Amino acid sequence: MTGRDANGGAPMLSARDIRKRFGEVEVLKGVSVDAHPGDVITILGASGSGKSTFLRCLNFLETPTGGSVMLHGEPIVTRPDGEGNHQPRDRRQLRRLRARVGFVFQQFNLWPHMTVLGNVAEGPRQVLKTSRAEAEARALALLEKVGLAERANFYPAHLSGGQQQRAAIARTLAMDPELILFDEPTSALDPELVGEVLEVIRGLAREGRTMLIVTHEMGFAREVATRTMFLHEGLVEEDGDPEALFTQPESERLRQFLRRHLS
Amino acid sequence: MDGFGWDIILQSLPKLLEGLWVTAQLVLVSGLFGLLLALPLGIARSSPRPWVRALPFGYIFFFRGTPLLVQLFLIYYGLAQFEAIRQGPLWYLLREPYVCALLTFSLHTAAYIAEILRGALQAVPPGEVEAARAIGMGRWLTLRRVLLPRAAQIGLPAYGNEVILMVKGSALASTITLLDLTGMARTLIAGNYRAVEMFLAAGVLYLIFNWVLQRLFRLAERAMNRHLREPPRLVQQPVPRVPSGLDPPL
Ligand SMILES: Nc1ncnc2c1ncn2[C@@H]1O[C@H](COP(=O)(O)OP(=O)(O)O)[C@@H](O)[C@H]1O
Ligand SMILES: [Mg+2]
Repeated sequence: MTGRDANGGAPMLSARDIRKRFGEVEVLKGVSVDAHPGDVITILGASGSGKSTFLRCLNFLETPTGGSVMLHGEPIVTRPDGEGNHQPRDRRQLRRLRARVGFVFQQFNLWPHMTVLGNVAEGPRQVLKTSRAEAEARALALLEKVGLAERANFYPAHLSGGQQQRAAIARTLAMDPELILFDEPTSALDPELVGEVLEVIRGLAREGRTMLIVTHEMGFAREVATRTMFLHEGLVEEDGDPEALFTQPESERLRQFLRRHLS
Repeated sequence: MDGFGWDIILQSLPKLLEGLWVTAQLVLVSGLFGLLLALPLGIARSSPRPWVRALPFGYIFFFRGTPLLVQLFLIYYGLAQFEAIRQGPLWYLLREPYVCALLTFSLHTAAYIAEILRGALQAVPPGEVEAARAIGMGRWLTLRRVLLPRAAQIGLPAYGNEVILMVKGSALASTITLLDLTGMARTLIAGNYRAVEMFLAAGVLYLIFNWVLQRLFRLAERAMNRHLREPPRLVQQPVPRVPSGLDPPL
């Protein structure tokens, strides 16, 4: 790993042995990850390997059936429910921690009844209780940053997919997250719109943001990452330095995966 | 009694309009109270928890499963059977047929509106709710800022339809002596024996009233769906600068 551990930096995120069962099927069989400040971890894996479920378990959009999540050294407290899920025990703690972890969805999930500006200012206004003027000024600055300032008063329905995803990224940035989780941010986009979104995420990497990014864009995954994980059927099959992982994969499954996706 | 009595209609018009005014009150007030009552019922109905969902079930089952006329009679004649109610502080209200009709219609329409609301809440794409949760919104904030506004857009046409059904259902108020539009027509007929003219005039007034309501709901829908309609406008004025240090540029 990088020198950050040697510096004694505590991990921003530490997920241990995350498991998730849907009925009889265990789709995560114990996945762990540590993310230190500035880490950009890209997560690869075939469709159905559990990448989305893993990301969703990290902020409890999905309740894991095993394992633990620590954010900034603070464990998310849970209690088992009847079905073996680890339900968050302290709603207030969960809300507080979620506000510090951004999530960017494959389908953008903008709120269609609010303008782009309204979408971006919503979290600061309602969750962080920032004044409207301040939240909107900040939102506008973020929209400028993702190249959407002139469309601030558009409704999401009037934006292209790439613009919607950039707006969704601005909405996440508005919360000043210490960690951002991306779940296939470009998979719902027409090919010609992928670049503009990846460019925004590259910019965030240059800023030193801490990010976990699930993606099928292999070139991007290799170039932006400080570390890469390959998931296979709910387990980490291979994990390490992106250059090594892409050029000398150890596992046969990763070799096959890369052959299929690099061609 | 020969020929069609245009003059009778004209003479009766002030009285019929009086009746229409009573009908309008019954419908609008019960439409509003029904909506208020339906909010907790509909929200409970869409809860992921089975026991919360079960709470309003009996209520909705009863009011949707029995005729409005039966409900009206039960409240108008039934309440008076209870000594406790007759001695109670609200008796001076509850013995009024007008209040009984308002109460019945509100309870009745609330059951339907609750089901409309449940359907609308469940039709909100789950991703929009997850986006709210992911930035740290709690259950109530999500409800207030995302679910209810979205459900209002989705459920408004069905709600408008329910209000119009209640306009027609409100004619039953005449069976407990109220002089709503139908009650007024019947009273007038008892004096002038012009059943066809009176009911025809009443029918036309119902039509006009419903047409106006439909227009109003159409306008409300347009206003609520402006996010899908309004042609986008680019922001022309320069973007105001924020104090530096708030956010580093890319
Ligand atoms: N809510 C759910 N209920 C049941 N099965 C699910 C649910 N969500 C995901 N799964 C299953 O879990 C497996 C992993 O899904 P997912 O995490 O979405 O994979 P990926 O994102 O890697 O494509 C898949 O087989 C999927 O069908
Ligand atoms: Mg996925």
